[in-house]
Amino acid sequence: MSTPDIISVGYLIAAILFILGLKGLGRPRTAPRGNLMGASGMLLAVLVTMLDQAIISYLALAVALVIGSVVGALLAVKVKMTSMPELVALFNGFGGGASVLVAVASFIEAVELGRSDNQLAIAAAATALIGAVTFTGSVIAFFKLQESLKWSGFTGLPVVRAVILVVSVALVVMVAVQPDTRAWLWALVAVGLILGVISTVAIGGADMPVVIALLNAFSGVAASTTGFVLDNPLLIIAGSLVGASGLILTQIMCTAMNRSIFEVIFSETPAAAAGGRDDSDVYGDRVTSTSAEEVAMLLEVADRVVIVPGYGLAVAQAQHAVRDLMTSLEASGKEVVFGIHPVAGRMPGHMNVLLAEAEIGYEHLFDMDQVNPTFSETDVTIVIGANDVVNPAARNDPSSPIAGMPILDVDESRTVVVIKRSLSPGFAGIANPLFAADNALMLFGDGKQAVIDIAAALVTV
Amino acid sequence: MTLLIALTLFVLAVFLGLELITKVPATLHTPLMSGSNAVSGITLIGALVSAGSDHTMLTTTLGFMAVTLATINVVGGFLVTNRMLSMFAGRKKSRS
Repeated sequence: MSTPDIISVGYLIAAILFILGLKGLGRPRTAPRGNLMGASGMLLAVLVTMLDQAIISYLALAVALVIGSVVGALLAVKVKMTSMPELVALFNGFGGGASVLVAVASFIEAVELGRSDNQLAIAAAATALIGAVTFTGSVIAFFKLQESLKWSGFTGLPVVRAVILVVSVALVVMVAVQPDTRAWLWALVAVGLILGVISTVAIGGADMPVVIALLNAFSGVAASTTGFVLDNPLLIIAGSLVGASGLILTQIMCTAMNRSIFEVIFSETPAAAAGGRDDSDVYGDRVTSTSAEEVAMLLEVADRVVIVPGYGLAVAQAQHAVRDLMTSLEASGKEVVFGIHPVAGRMPGHMNVLLAEAEIGYEHLFDMDQVNPTFSETDVTIVIGANDVVNPAARNDPSSPIAGMPILDVDESRTVVVIKRSLSPGFAGIANPLFAADNALMLFGDGKQAVIDIAAALVTV
Repeated sequence: MTLLIALTLFVLAVFLGLELITKVPATLHTPLMSGSNAVSGITLIGALVSAGSDHTMLTTTLGFMAVTLATINVVGGFLVTNRMLSMFAGRKKSRS
């Protein structure tokens, strides 16, 4: 078998491993094996690529591979589980950035060798644009998730965004029309980088899961278009697989928010749309505040308890405290489950990862469709740091900005305890009638401290 | 590879991806995302050729940066996915 044949067969096996790997990642039992298959496919692909006769200098490769492996491994092992959304965003951005660099390098090489044609130019242009947007978009998402970036754009941002989008499309056309001019491609990269920044900078917290999933899809598409530049079938296949899976996740997240992907990216946040409403007509003097002792007494006589976590749980790092509360409630024979909304948190599946870190078993985690029918048989529901996903206005008030969004029907349980710092609105910027409901009690304070206080009070009841 | 064959591969792979990942439990949303994200680091093999072909200083430098970024993506992505999944698995074992 000739070397090119060995490479091709290696790529075929790698592609099969990626397919089986992604399939495995979709089921809990096969997921670890799926991940391993993906990694093996990648290792195989890298090894056979080393046989490529175009590669004549190995020193630089070795250095780059070592640096990348060490940095990647350190980040993966050292990072705290609560910082997982940031890390996933960052890795994603690196993948997109790498695709841009490869496409640009190959394009330049082709131009210098006089081999550039329209097809290669269009593929390089698409990679430059999508990859650059993925890169800066992910980096901005990283800083937003770290909460080290407060800037959320300026008024008139949608207009600027539209203009830049038009400019970038024009540049793609220019690259395609003049495939032997390098300047157009560089300009396109620059515009793509700007587009990534201004497309993500204004996106608010609750839209983050959608954006992270979409950027994941983009990084796949960028790898796929790089495959068109290099004429490499493995890049095309692996990239499209990732693009498709990212698209499905994006779709799941959008459905869970009842917003279209178009609305998330191009529209103002619902908060802006709602305007500065006066909350006093919603709350009046009907909000009842409670104490940890009173909640402990309620829990003491409860048979079934549902805990609804939200982003506030992650911020307060309350997952271990919640686990301790669950353990002590279960020890006294009560049923405790977690009701998890698909977009709770800042990335798809955020709450599941957080609770898994606190060693809370699969069997305790109920998704929205499982938990909703059970609220009517629930004695106490404890909402920790969630707001819009439990807002009954989504169900009852057709004029609400979140009307139609599927929510957790916590108000159907006998008593709802909402642990929250204040009555301030959630991401959607609207008042939550739940807080004023007759069966709702507000426990104001830090999520973690409140849960610890309840657990302590339970012991003394 | 002709453009038509490349497009055929692209379209078929997209359909395959959509079929593979239809019903994913919420617990696996994050691992699926970070695992598939590591797969998108496949751009690494393109980067290796760019960095190793010694065409010009510029392309080698771009390739070098690409290999570094893609390797971080690949190694970090698979390891962090593995870390998350073993968290799920370890917990199950300790309960049974």
